[in-house]
Amino acid sequence: MLLLQEAAAAGAHPLSGSVAEWIWLVPVFPLIGFLVNGWLSLSSVAKIGPKDPTAHHAHHGHETQGHGDAHGHDDHHHPAAHKHAKLVSIIGPAVLWASFGLSVSIFFALSGAHAEAPFVKTLFSWMPAGTLSVDAAFQVDQLSMVMTLVITGVGSLIHVFSVGYMREDPGYPRYFAYLNLFVFFMLLLVLGANYPILFVGWEGVGLCSYLLIGFWFSEKANADAGKKAFIVNRIGDFGFLVALFLLYANLGSLDFSGVNAGATQLSPVVVTAICLFMFLGCAGKSAQLPLYVWLPDAMAGPTPVSALIHAATMVTAGVYLIARSSILFSLSPVASLTVALVGALTAIFAATIGLKQWDIKKVLAYSTVSQLGYMFVAVGVGAYAAGVFHLVTHAFFKALLFLGSGAVIYAMHQAYHHTGNHDDAQDMRNMGGLRKFMPITFGLMWIATLAIAGIPPFAGFFSKDEILGSVYARAHGSTLADASLLGIPGSVLLYAIWAIGLVSALLTAIYMTRMMLYTFHGGNRSGEKERTHLHEAPWIMTGPLVVLGALSVAGGWLNLPNFFPAGPVQALHHWLEPVTGEAALRITHGAEAHLELATEYMLVGIAIAIAVVGIAFAVTRLRTETLVPKAQSPESEGFERVLEHKYYVDEAYDKVVVQPLVGVSRSVLWKGMDAGIIDGLVVNGSAYLARGIGWLGARLQSGQVSTYAWVLVIGVLGVLGAFTLR
Amino acid sequence: MADFLQSIGYHGWVLPALLAIPTLGAVLVWLHGFMQRDTSEDAVAAGAMTARRLTFAILMLEFLVSIGLWWSFDVNSAGWQAAVDWPWIDSWGARFSLGIDGLSLMMVLLTTFLMPLAVLGGWTSVRHKVHTYHVLLLLLTVGVLGVFVAKDLFLFYVMWEVMLIPMYFIVGVWGGERRIYASIKFFIYTMVGSLLMLVAIVYLGWQAGILEGRPNFAYDAIMNLPEFRPIVSFWLFVAFFLAFAVKVPMFPFHTWLPDAHVEAPTAGSVILAGILLKLGTYGFLRLAVPLFPGIALHPTVRAVIIALAVIGVIYGSLVALVQPDFKKLVAYSSVAHLGMVMLGIFALTPESVQGALMVMIGHGVSTGALFFLIGMIYERKHSRIIADYGGIAKVVPVYATLLTIVALSSIGLPGTNGFIGEFLVMLGSFKTVPGMTTISALGVILAAAYLLWALQRILYNPLDKPENKHLTDLNWREIGLMAPLIFMILWMGVYPKPVLRRMEASVQKFVQTVEAKAAQQSVTITMGGGR
Repeated sequence: MLLLQEAAAAGAHPLSGSVAEWIWLVPVFPLIGFLVNGWLSLSSVAKIGPKDPTAHHAHHGHETQGHGDAHGHDDHHHPAAHKHAKLVSIIGPAVLWASFGLSVSIFFALSGAHAEAPFVKTLFSWMPAGTLSVDAAFQVDQLSMVMTLVITGVGSLIHVFSVGYMREDPGYPRYFAYLNLFVFFMLLLVLGANYPILFVGWEGVGLCSYLLIGFWFSEKANADAGKKAFIVNRIGDFGFLVALFLLYANLGSLDFSGVNAGATQLSPVVVTAICLFMFLGCAGKSAQLPLYVWLPDAMAGPTPVSALIHAATMVTAGVYLIARSSILFSLSPVASLTVALVGALTAIFAATIGLKQWDIKKVLAYSTVSQLGYMFVAVGVGAYAAGVFHLVTHAFFKALLFLGSGAVIYAMHQAYHHTGNHDDAQDMRNMGGLRKFMPITFGLMWIATLAIAGIPPFAGFFSKDEILGSVYARAHGSTLADASLLGIPGSVLLYAIWAIGLVSALLTAIYMTRMMLYTFHGGNRSGEKERTHLHEAPWIMTGPLVVLGALSVAGGWLNLPNFFPAGPVQALHHWLEPVTGEAALRITHGAEAHLELATEYMLVGIAIAIAVVGIAFAVTRLRTETLVPKAQSPESEGFERVLEHKYYVDEAYDKVVVQPLVGVSRSVLWKGMDAGIIDGLVVNGSAYLARGIGWLGARLQSGQVSTYAWVLVIGVLGVLGAFTLR
Repeated sequence: MADFLQSIGYHGWVLPALLAIPTLGAVLVWLHGFMQRDTSEDAVAAGAMTARRLTFAILMLEFLVSIGLWWSFDVNSAGWQAAVDWPWIDSWGARFSLGIDGLSLMMVLLTTFLMPLAVLGGWTSVRHKVHTYHVLLLLLTVGVLGVFVAKDLFLFYVMWEVMLIPMYFIVGVWGGERRIYASIKFFIYTMVGSLLMLVAIVYLGWQAGILEGRPNFAYDAIMNLPEFRPIVSFWLFVAFFLAFAVKVPMFPFHTWLPDAHVEAPTAGSVILAGILLKLGTYGFLRLAVPLFPGIALHPTVRAVIIALAVIGVIYGSLVALVQPDFKKLVAYSSVAHLGMVMLGIFALTPESVQGALMVMIGHGVSTGALFFLIGMIYERKHSRIIADYGGIAKVVPVYATLLTIVALSSIGLPGTNGFIGEFLVMLGSFKTVPGMTTISALGVILAAAYLLWALQRILYNPLDKPENKHLTDLNWREIGLMAPLIFMILWMGVYPKPVLRRMEASVQKFVQTVEAKAAQQSVTITMGGGR
């Protein structure tokens, strides 16, 4: 203790010498998991080829039987479980528990230290070049630890769930290798102490997302979805990169500390440009308009992946990035308003699509896009703590919803497997009445539904209410209200965003209730024989659901509203103050955003009323009896059809961007420019000319190039030799 | 290590040794083939195997001798190291003068690293005239290393030509169906460029030796020449520019590359992409830019070159996107990557030039690895057409894993070598040419598009072609050949500092001298009315 005090007196960080020094181990544990599982996966499927690969081909025609061992595994039915399944089931989740345990102790060390400045652990110098210095360094602060706890905590639960969900898949070790690798990169993303390290994580999670979406890569649709996710994300990454270039060109630093220290010296135009380019990156990673299109397709991956990557963690990276760069964003009201507006439009846009989806995972996917919109509204209006708060509660209830849908799909799949049915196990029209067969999942998913719909006292109510209240509060007396975007005054815009937020909340309540009704209520539509095989998932899967259920109920306590009579009021808000406090205050002109108590009660009242109305509307208006299984369902008409086809955005992108790009590249650039003009006219043209002229041409035509070349070699050697000898 | 190397006088003999080993090796392999009288099939096969092993051993020795440079190289010095200066053709003023600095050190090591692997890559696929093939590989090594270590412009030119001829034969004799067309195209393209360079070099040599009454080709003497009249500088620059721009290749001088790549045997493609293209960019760094900074940095000239570089990035990526032939796809991706290098060199900031050197190394490793992998699957199925594959990750998981890692490094995923170079180039270039850099950053998106699309059509999707179900996975030789490449990809992505450190001093000096000289000369140029 004495030593610690001395260290503090000497100007060292209060956390130096503490358990926080071991922060680097938090990402390293999953990395070890990746290496072990990856090795188990590769070594068990690898069949080393023959010494001479060409020889094999020569004999191939009449000797196919002889090579049975080389390809035997392809035609076999899947074995019950992978031979390393036991080991993988232990290592996969265990590395996450280790990370989680360490994170918890670092978290307590941090909360005990009351550190205002972040603790940075530098491992080595990564990219020194010119005046650039980028270290492989980790940053322990209030924001990074919240993220780390969510990633390792929720991640652990999803890993455990995966043991049950994926155990019988022949690619089981590969699955856990990818999942562990994902957690490694995600931790790099949130723990990195500078933008380039963050970017390593940023791209790394994109890679894992790509690998996991296309996990069952033998289906073209899955491989397509993975590729689409990666490429659309790269469009965003382009923006991120340009933002980094702008930062470096203007500030000469890419460390968080260096950027935050110099941010106020930047000219308003430059700050706005940096923030807008950065937000392009966020829009890619966090699936906002117009780059959201990859996320719904990402549902092609295994369902626990959707829960972990495409709901709880990776897709929230954009929100994290803005909270992390809050100082920059607070300096640009225009960029902040843009973020909030795009967030609001995404929220309502995705919610309308969610109304008409039949695939249970697609409903949740659009719901995720919509909820991410809320988070961007929050960080856009400078309520950074509210954004992070919704990020956390959303991680709880959306992970629960996805895992719950996973349990449902698992049950449907098992049932179909028993009867040899090949129907769509994810289409809600094939479900119905499942509450009788899986009561635990049913109950837990209702908890999550009430949470996302915003019914008190569930977690989502508090976080969503905090966001809408923040928007309302900032419509007057903030830098945003004084600014304007596209000629619209900021305060008008903020009221509009608030209204859009309310409408989206209504739609959320409706589509979530619809999903619950169609899946769990009414009569069952799975089929006579299948029905007998429907049952609750095993405990290794329902166990994590129960924990997430508890978190979805109690998560609101993390940040109770000001007017709440008891409990830790605004805990998360105060916790994050060292990181986002300065920026938040700048937006509200230096004073805490404040609403009259009466206004607060009114806003809460409206929010609750809207959620109740939404649920009631869905319960009274939707008729589960009229549903028929997917195979017999008629095509929908009119606007419903437009919604079902997601406003035809994918088709439009394909027609407007992809096809012209490929077409022009092929016919104009390659066939026209390369083969036509350069080669056809210039190169071959001059060759023909030379041919006409004489000797060289004659040689070329007779094909005796080697003679020609040899003459040249001998000539060169002769000349050189003559001089050397002299 | 450095002490030990010093005690054996390493720097005094290493560079000549690096040229002598493959030269003597070539003689040895040639003699072995020459002495072979028994023409029975078994004896020829046995002789061929000896030729492979012998060449591999020689190039491994070469690699081991060269690797000492890694430790013996003084990272704080920007000047020549391990220099030797022997008389050669006195009456022409040409000297056998060698040396390395931070610009060439890693190029030398890249060459000695890739060459033994190239031998392994053709182990089973080259089956006729095996001895000649390996003699040419060894001569090629001499030529390439000679260019990188030459400190005398005449020697530089000779080595430049020495390397051209073996490559021409490797493509023309052991290549694919259209090898004759490809090799002639390659030959004429590079010949036209390099003949102009010869004229320029002779002119420079005469100018440098004007007081002695005979030419002087020493690099340092030519660097110290008083400046020429702008019109003269301009045409000299053009001569060098054409030679190097063809080699790089810059748009629109690139069309020899796809043909040569596609038709060349695996080792040929690896060496072409991995090493030969870098001779072009190296030429810019060593000669064209520092000799004529007034021209190279003239706003118009610079703008044109940077524009061509950025066009190369975007154009190469777009054309790569639509290639049905995997090898051609990689060839066009090289046009894009080398465009990035050119952008970094002409943006002329310490970060961007270091980045350019990193891209040169990174591209050598990654694209070399890609061509090895293409060669391996070609040996099995005799097709490079992407559409002939699909879903093969199921039957060749090791191959799929390696191809994925290598492709990701080519895409520039952080954590791999590809990222470091591209990031530094763009980060540095943005300071001087922000608009063009932003456009080139779009290449980031396109790179992901063309490679992942190809990856999907080869490795993923349904395994719907029955003949592909019998593909065999990589054997130990092939895995062993890929292992060092994969190691380099990850090492240079995770811990590039030692590499960056070794180029830092020379790059700083390069940027400073060029800027200083250009500032002196820019006055004259503007007064000279353009040029």
